[in-house]
Amino acid sequence: MRVFVSRDMASVALGADDVARAFADAGCDVVRTGSRGLFSIEPLVEVETDDGRIGFGPVGPGDVAAVLDGTHATRLGKVEELAFFAGQQRFTFARCGVIDPLSLEDYAALHGWQGLAAARAQAPQAVVDTVKASGLRGRGGAGFPTGIKWQTVLDAPAGDKFIVCNADEGDSGTFADRMLMEGDPYCLIEGMAIAAHAVGAGHGYIYIRSEYPFAIYTMRLAIERSAHLVAPFTLEVREGAGAYVCGEETALLDSIEGKRGQVRAKPPLPALKGLFGQPTVINNVLSLAAVPFILAEGADAYAAVGFGRSRGTMPVQLAGNVRHGGLYEIGFGITLGELVNDVGGGTASGRPVRAVQVGGPLGAYFPPSMFHLPFDYEAFAQAGGLIGHAGITVFDDSVDMAHMARFAMEFCAAESCGKCTPCRIGSTRGVEIMDRIMAQRAPSAAAQPDPGLLPSQEHGSLAKALYSRAPSRIDTSLDAQTSLLRDLCDTMKYGSLCALGGFTPYPVLSALDHFPEDFGARAPIKEAAE
Amino acid sequence: MEEFIAAWIARHGATRDRLLPLLHAMQEEAGHVDDAWVPGIARALNLSRADVHGVITFYHDFRRAPPGRHVVKLCRAESCQARGGAAIEASAARRLGVAMGETRGDGQVALEPVYCLGLCAIGPNALVDGRPVARIDADMLERIALEVAA
Ligand SMILES: Cc1cc2nc3c(=O)[nH]c(=O)nc-3n(C[C@H](O)[C@H](O)[C@H](O)COP(=O)(O)O)c2cc1C
Ligand code: SF4
Ligand code: FES
Repeated sequence: MRVFVSRDMASVALGADDVARAFADAGCDVVRTGSRGLFSIEPLVEVETDDGRIGFGPVGPGDVAAVLDGTHATRLGKVEELAFFAGQQRFTFARCGVIDPLSLEDYAALHGWQGLAAARAQAPQAVVDTVKASGLRGRGGAGFPTGIKWQTVLDAPAGDKFIVCNADEGDSGTFADRMLMEGDPYCLIEGMAIAAHAVGAGHGYIYIRSEYPFAIYTMRLAIERSAHLVAPFTLEVREGAGAYVCGEETALLDSIEGKRGQVRAKPPLPALKGLFGQPTVINNVLSLAAVPFILAEGADAYAAVGFGRSRGTMPVQLAGNVRHGGLYEIGFGITLGELVNDVGGGTASGRPVRAVQVGGPLGAYFPPSMFHLPFDYEAFAQAGGLIGHAGITVFDDSVDMAHMARFAMEFCAAESCGKCTPCRIGSTRGVEIMDRIMAQRAPSAAAQPDPGLLPSQEHGSLAKALYSRAPSRIDTSLDAQTSLLRDLCDTMKYGSLCALGGFTPYPVLSALDHFPEDFGARAPIKEAAE
Repeated sequence: MEEFIAAWIARHGATRDRLLPLLHAMQEEAGHVDDAWVPGIARALNLSRADVHGVITFYHDFRRAPPGRHVVKLCRAESCQARGGAAIEASAARRLGVAMGETRGDGQVALEPVYCLGLCAIGPNALVDGRPVARIDADMLERIALEVAA
C-alpha cells in the first residue's frame, strides 16, 4: 500500500520521521512529500485508495493499524476537499505536498517544465512582455514589478549576467520560500531558467539562509538532478550565515561575493551593476516560482485574479498564536479579518485576538478594528503598514505591545549592518527609551519588563554605562519619552539607507498608535453618552 | 588547519567569493573558526587578515570559540514569542543552567538565540544539535534537557 508522509522541516519537527518509519516497518511503500501547508493536521498521512488519497492527521507512530484499516479518529477524507484547501487558489503551490519533491517524473507529470518550454520557444523580449502583462510584483517585500526589473537586465549590454534568487527569508512569520524549496524545488529552478532565458544570463545563485538546512539539502540535490534540463544555464546554492540584513538585495550580493553583508548605496541598480559588477536579476523565491505558471498558462490567467494593482495570488502565511496556521495561497483582495478569523480560526490559545503583525519584523501591528483591510500592497501602505513577504503573526490578549516595540528596536540593533547612524545607534537608543517607558508606566500594564534591563533608579555606574545620558539628566516622564520615541522613529525612517533602519519605526509606531495603553497612556476615554 | 584549507581550496578554488563557503566548511569540520586560523585563510584567498576577521565577526553563525558538546538554538522571534516563547526561554535557561547566548561552564551545552526557523505556526521552536523541535512546552523541555545531558 502506498502512503504519503511529508518530509518538510515543520512536519519533521512534529514527528513525521517516526511516523514514516512506522509505516515503512508495517510494509507500506512510503512516499515522502513536501507539506500541504496546514500544520494543525501534521503529521499528516495520506493513504492511496481507489477513491484517491485519504488523509489522516495528526497521526503518531502508534496509529499505523488504525490508519490502514481506515478507522482512525482523525480521518480527514480527501485533503484538498478540506475547507482550508478548497478555498485556496494554488498557482504556485499546486504541487507542494502532493508530489515527491525530487522526482523528475512527478514534476513533469504535473505540468512541470511546460513554462520553460513555452519560454524557450519565444524570443527573450516576448518572455519579458508576458511577465510584465501578468502584473507580477516582487514577493520579497517591496512589490516592484518583476517584468520591469527583467527588462532593465535584458537591455543591459551583454556580458556575464546573473540570476540571483533571494531565499534568505528572515522575517518571522514567514515560511513560504522554505516550503516551496523543500516541497517543489524544480518549480524554483524552472522559474530561474526562464529568467535566464529572458535576460540572457548563464549562471544563477540561490542564497539560502543557514537556518534552513532541509531546504539547502533539497535544492542542492534538485539542482544536480535537473542540470541537464536547464543547461546551458547552471545553478548553485550559497548558504547564508545568520545575518538578517543579508536578505536586503545589495547586502546579499556582497555576501555572495565573500564580504560582510553591508548594504550598498543605490544607484547603481543591481539590474545594471549587481553581482561582481554585472547586470543581475535578483528576485525572491516566490516571484521566480510564480513564473512557470505565467508562462505555461498565460499572463491573463495569472492577472485574472487579484485586487487593484496587486495581481495574481499571494501565498499568505498564518503564524504565531493562530489555530489553523499554515500556508494559504489566495488571490489578493481577501481581507485581513477573513484570513485571521475565518481561515486561521482565531487564536490557538482560544483567547481574543489583540494584534497581528503583517510583513515580518519591519511590518506594522494592526488591531482587529482594522481587519477590514484588503490584502493589497496599496491598501496596506495607506494604512501605515506593509504586506512584505505576507507573513501574518497573530497575538492574543496576553501580549504586551510595549515589549514588542522594544523587541523591534532590539532586533534592529542586533541585525543592523552598521552602515548608517540612525539605524546602528538609533536602534540602541530606542531600546533605552522603551526601557524607560516600561519602567514608568503604571504597574498594571500587561507584563513586567525584564528587571535585569531596567535603568537603575539611583544613578549608579551601571546606569551610566548603559545609558548615554544618565536618567538624572533627562526628563524621564512618559510624555517626554514618548515624544522622544516619535522623534527617533522619524530620524530612523528618513535617515536610514535601507528598510531595516527605515521600517523599524513601523512596528514601533503602530504599537504606540494602536495600543497606547501599553505605553502607559491612559486608556482612550470612551465618548460619554449624550 | 593549513592542510584542510589547502585541500578545500584545491577542490573549490581560491577566489574571494569562496570565503563564506570555506568558513562554513571549517566550522563544520572543527566546530568553530579559531582566530589562529585567520592568517592561513587570508593567505590562501589573498586577503588581508583584517578583512577575514571582519567577515567572521559580521556573521552571527561563525563561532570563534569551540561550542558546547550540545547546542540548543532557541527561536526568539515574534511568532514564537506569540506562542509563549519568552517563558520557554526563561525555563530553558534555568533548566539547562546556562544563560541565553552562553556555553555552560562544563562545556556540555550551549544555548544560542536564533531569529526564526520558518516553523512559525508551531512554536516555540528550536534546533537541538541540528534537529528541529516544535511546540516546546515543559515536558518537551525536560526531554531536551535529558538529551543534552548525555
Ligand atoms: C533588511 C531587509 C531584509 C530583506 N529580506 C529579504 C528576504 O529575506 N527575502 C527577500 O526576498 N527579500 C528581502 N528583502 C527585499 C530585497 O531587498 C529585495 O527587494 C527583493 O529580494 C527583491 O526581489 P523581488 O522583487 O522578487 O521581491 C529584504 C529587504 C531588507 C531591507
Ligand atoms: S538602515 Fe541599518 S541595515 Fe540598512 S544600511 Fe543602514 S545601517 Fe545598514
Ligand atoms: S518565529 Fe520562531 S520559527 Fe519563526
